[in-house]
Amino acid sequence: MGRTLTQIGTVTAMNLRSLPQRKWTSLATVVAIALVTGVLLAFLAMANGFQATVAGTGASDVMIAMRKGSESEINSTLMREQVLLLQEAPGLAKASDGKPLMSPELYVIVDGIKKSSGLKANLPLRGLGPLANEVRRGITIVSGRMFQPGTNELVVGRAVSKQFRGFELGAKMRLASQNWVVVGEFDAGGTVFESEIWADVAVLQGLYQRGSTVQTVRARMTDPANLEKIRAFSEADPRLKLDVKSEKDFYAGQSRNIGDLILYLGWPLAIAMSFGALAGALNTMFASVDARTREIATLRAIGFRGTPAFIGTMVESLILAAIGGLVGAVGTYLLFDGLSAATLGGNFTQVVFSLKLSWSLVLQGLILALVIGVAGGVFPAWRAARVPLLAAFKEQ
Amino acid sequence: MSAPLILLKGVTKSYTRGKQTVPIFERLDMTIPTQDFVAIMGPSGSGKTTLLNLLGGIDKPSGGEIVFDGKRMDNLDESRLAGFRAGNVGFIFQFYNLMPMLTASQNVELPLLLTKLGPKARGDRVKTALEIVGLSDRARHKPSELSGGQQQRVAIARAIVSDPKLLLCDEPTGDLDRETAGEILSMLQTLNRDLGKTIVMVTHDPEAARFAKRTLHLDKGHFSEKDLAA
Repeated sequence: MGRTLTQIGTVTAMNLRSLPQRKWTSLATVVAIALVTGVLLAFLAMANGFQATVAGTGASDVMIAMRKGSESEINSTLMREQVLLLQEAPGLAKASDGKPLMSPELYVIVDGIKKSSGLKANLPLRGLGPLANEVRRGITIVSGRMFQPGTNELVVGRAVSKQFRGFELGAKMRLASQNWVVVGEFDAGGTVFESEIWADVAVLQGLYQRGSTVQTVRARMTDPANLEKIRAFSEADPRLKLDVKSEKDFYAGQSRNIGDLILYLGWPLAIAMSFGALAGALNTMFASVDARTREIATLRAIGFRGTPAFIGTMVESLILAAIGGLVGAVGTYLLFDGLSAATLGGNFTQVVFSLKLSWSLVLQGLILALVIGVAGGVFPAWRAARVPLLAAFKEQ
Repeated sequence: MSAPLILLKGVTKSYTRGKQTVPIFERLDMTIPTQDFVAIMGPSGSGKTTLLNLLGGIDKPSGGEIVFDGKRMDNLDESRLAGFRAGNVGFIFQFYNLMPMLTASQNVELPLLLTKLGPKARGDRVKTALEIVGLSDRARHKPSELSGGQQQRVAIARAIVSDPKLLLCDEPTGDLDRETAGEILSMLQTLNRDLGKTIVMVTHDPEAARFAKRTLHLDKGHFSEKDLAA
């Protein structure tokens, strides 16, 4: 066993020390595998970042009520009567004046121009009820102030002002044929809310001709466990029959759908590219074996077995693949980790998020690289193990 | 006459080329005594290298027996043949076949990696082998830093380092000038005379063959012998 390991070590070391003789083909293989790993990791980081942003949004003690069957806020409509009935639901937290901490909200789409591409994209404009600030926690005005109810004032999330043109503090714009002014910018801890524009719900109802309807109702509960009571209350009243979820569950569901979509795009693309990298790896390793045919045959003539030649070639292929994988991972980290991006969320509006690379994702990228290394090495290694010994006597 | 190291009894060898069978040897008999130094000459295609491959366990005969040191070796499987080569045969090739990325001493050490010797014992053996071929001062040089003659001497050191009974030389001076060739052949003579190595050398060169104890002429699969040492 010890002698076999020594033989394997010797042959492997010889293979690796002869790499400079094949530096360009080896480099091409490393680059191809790095690209595959990089593309995969970029997609995974995108899905991970998106899921972290969306799934991190919402609180478990805030309930959200929507029309039954409406998967997203944009598809929901609630009548004023329903909002009033919900105020009687059990387990809701109350303000000092005894009113439930509830925010009827309107959710409409407006156009924004992306700074990066100059293209139009959908932005969510949310109308908030007067108690919205007490329903939501973790919202901080970082510059300017909150909008005044009953006015055409807006506050914008940090991601909106960062990614879209014309939303800086004091900016004026026209929405729904009215002039608006941005009076504040808010931080929402990197959640989806930072991709939104907020205004007074009553003003938006009038401008968008929604009468007294809203789309969702958010309310703070005294305990997350009260959600079941509220759900039962809604089910018991035929006038309600609403979908009642915790805000946290609502956003977790949204993150799964879009996150999975990104993953389903990323993996097939990476696998398709892998075939190209695999062809490169095969070419490199066959060239490596061919260049060393006489050396391998000489070692076999001396008495070395075929196994060291096989394993030595496999190790060379795996090392090239591992280097490619690491280069891809480091490149992705340097280029994309923390990079701000925006994509369509569950409400057909832009969600701004940061690409987030994690060790488990890097591991997935490295595994893909090593799979390419194994597949690209096994046939050349088989050839190396079966090099005819007579090749030792031939001139190359 | 010494005891035979190698016996070939009715050895046949043929290759299949497409649907044709090309015979190389038909019922070839041969005896190589221990401590012999035999040169094998013959025209191209006469089967010289094939014979060398059969003697070294690199190729297998189609029929007949090959006996080495009293034991049949023609029926060994691939793994046992590798063990046979490691323990009994040193190869010296026309183009030296050194590993370009290894130093002279690392090249010489290669056969010892197949033995149970530890690093210290291997190092001592390598040193001795390089002393025998007069290259102690080139131990750390790579093949590209050595002349053709020096490279062949490293190859000889590699061939003798594990103390095999048989040295098989395939045109060992075919790539060298006359003067260097003479030095290499004298060294082979010394290994035969002083260390008792049995040497079989394939060569085209009658001058090279003069260094052997006897010369066998191979033509169309048969021998005609001239004992040049006599």
